Amino acid sequence: MDYIGLDSGSTTTKGVLFADGQLQAKYLVPTAGNPRGAIETVLTHLKADAGDTDYRLITTGYGRKLVEADLVITEITCHGKGAEYLHPGVQYVIDIGGQDCKTISLNGQGNVLDFNMNDRCAAGTGRFVEVMMGTLGEQIQVLDNFVADATPVKINSMCTVFAESEVISLISKGEAREDIALGTLEAIAKRISGQYAKLRPKHGETVLFTGGLSQSQAFSKVLSEHVGAPVDTNPLSQFAGAIGAAQIGMKKLN
Amino acid sequence: MELRTELPEVFADFSEARKQGFLAVKDLKEKGQPVVGVYCTFMPEELVLAGGAVQISLCSTSDETIGDAEEDLPRNLCPLIKASYGFAKMDKCPYFYFSDLVVGETTCDGKTKMYEYMQEFKPTYLMQLPHTRDLEGGKQFWRSEMIRFKEKLENFFGVEITEDKIREAIQLKNRERQAKQDFYRLGQLNPPALSGSEIFQVMYGSQYKFDKAEVIDMLETTTAKVKAEYAAGKRLDSKPRILVTGSPIGGATEKVIRAIEENGGVVVAYENCTVAKAVERLVDENEPDVYQALTDKYMNIGCACISNNNPRKELLSTMIDDYQVDGVVDMVLQNCTPFSVESLQIKRFLNEEKHIPYMYLETDYSTADIEQINTRVTAFLEMLEA
Ligand code: SF4
Ligand code: SF4
Repeated sequence: MDYIGLDSGSTTTKGVLFADGQLQAKYLVPTAGNPRGAIETVLTHLKADAGDTDYRLITTGYGRKLVEADLVITEITCHGKGAEYLHPGVQYVIDIGGQDCKTISLNGQGNVLDFNMNDRCAAGTGRFVEVMMGTLGEQIQVLDNFVADATPVKINSMCTVFAESEVISLISKGEAREDIALGTLEAIAKRISGQYAKLRPKHGETVLFTGGLSQSQAFSKVLSEHVGAPVDTNPLSQFAGAIGAAQIGMKKLN
Repeated sequence: MELRTELPEVFADFSEARKQGFLAVKDLKEKGQPVVGVYCTFMPEELVLAGGAVQISLCSTSDETIGDAEEDLPRNLCPLIKASYGFAKMDKCPYFYFSDLVVGETTCDGKTKMYEYMQEFKPTYLMQLPHTRDLEGGKQFWRSEMIRFKEKLENFFGVEITEDKIREAIQLKNRERQAKQDFYRLGQLNPPALSGSEIFQVMYGSQYKFDKAEVIDMLETTTAKVKAEYAAGKRLDSKPRILVTGSPIGGATEKVIRAIEENGGVVVAYENCTVAKAVERLVDENEPDVYQALTDKYMNIGCACISNNNPRKELLSTMIDDYQVDGVVDMVLQNCTPFSVESLQIKRFLNEEKHIPYMYLETDYSTADIEQINTRVTAFLEMLEA
């Protein structure tokens, strides 16, 4: 039996295939305003990989109810299990997605003990960084190089719309663009560390950082300074939700 | 009225009580019955009853008039305050319309200040609630407020409120509380006999039936019937058992109850106003000083507007044990400072002393956040089942 874990997020749709308990294949496509289409694209690929083997589908993420699945689980639970797969024994997770941010505490076996979710406000999500980089005329992909030697400028606005006008006025004041970019990373890390503190985490305990923004080394560093703890990332961290879904399926549907 | 006996019909009858109550109160008015409108469970209904008036809860639980309220009040104010004011100002609450006197209370700052505007278009009386229960002076002051309110009722309605009448009203209200308790404590049955929505419908609806003897009778009959059916083997599936606490719940915020029950949980208990918060403790019928008896009762309602709030923790603690609760959902209205600030204390108490999972859930009267609520609540239920 194969297990397909599918994470339908607001910005990207991710899917993984587990065969014989091993991660066999993974796909990530932009959701691009068409979650159903993105799910189908990912599923077509993964079904091809499964070949003739029978499979079970477990869905998670905000579009989790859009396809018929064998099991539907929320992204919180899946991120917990996915984090455990990527970093066995980890107790804290920060997941910054395109349009939300989750902070989770775990029991050391991937089971959720407490969680917080910000899905109401773009500040504190990947979207915030994307908008600010856009305003600065840069692609988010070059973020790390762009801020490599920068000194952060203070950004005061927490709302994405107001922060954007603040960035524009900083540009017109002649502040270096890379300093402004690093400033926005500081601003969002500050906000997220506030949300993280609500978990009342043990001081200095390692945090697994997942989601699209965890690709950025520069941001991980800023985040680590703000939460006052080592922040770990993983090349597969964007797949944490999908992996968790497949893991739960393997346990529950067996 | 035709007598309805099947349980689903009985529940429907309770849930329509608010609408039917509009006509009932109109009838009462036409018969010359004085009516007092209130918003909060701190109001000593015993005094109103002793004065020969009927006390009713005014509309404050839908977003229908929030836009109108925001013309006068700040946007970032608790929806309950805005709705209360909006319904009153737009004259969209028939209960408000038929109230001879509206009685408010100095619970939270937003509400207290809102009444200053309400006074402009309606006879509004304010009871001054002390914000501490730790000082003897606070209790004495609350007792003097009981007497001042009694005198206000006497003057306003031209009646005399004797201690005997108050004593009689205390007994009647206690009987009603007892009947309510007997009903909502059916939530203690495990596996459950009733869904949380059914329990809530009955409790919410019972506020809008004005003949106390009739309410008591209906509640007792319903309780007996549920017990009989349960004994005969009728029960619901076992699911994670949730207790709801926090700001007042009802109307628009029943979406939280639905989210819990549609995603695999069952609400077995409500600590909020409308259910246990103000009903749980009876007034001491043996206390010779009726005002003292009322003071003791109404000083100990576990509302976040008063410090300390040990009564809330004590009630939560007993309820968690009695109802075999698996998890607690603290529903807090957006911009409700008292309950949002108090939430950390409640979380600490539940996690550290009761060792029970807790979730904070902030919401308002809109439907915009239903999907977010579903996700959070489902994640919480998954956490309980893991
Ligand atoms: S929560 Fe407090 S202020 Fe609000 S209705 Fe209940 S007792 Fe009154
Ligand atoms: S819900 Fe909170 S803010 Fe609103 S009236 Fe009640 S105590 Fe005040």
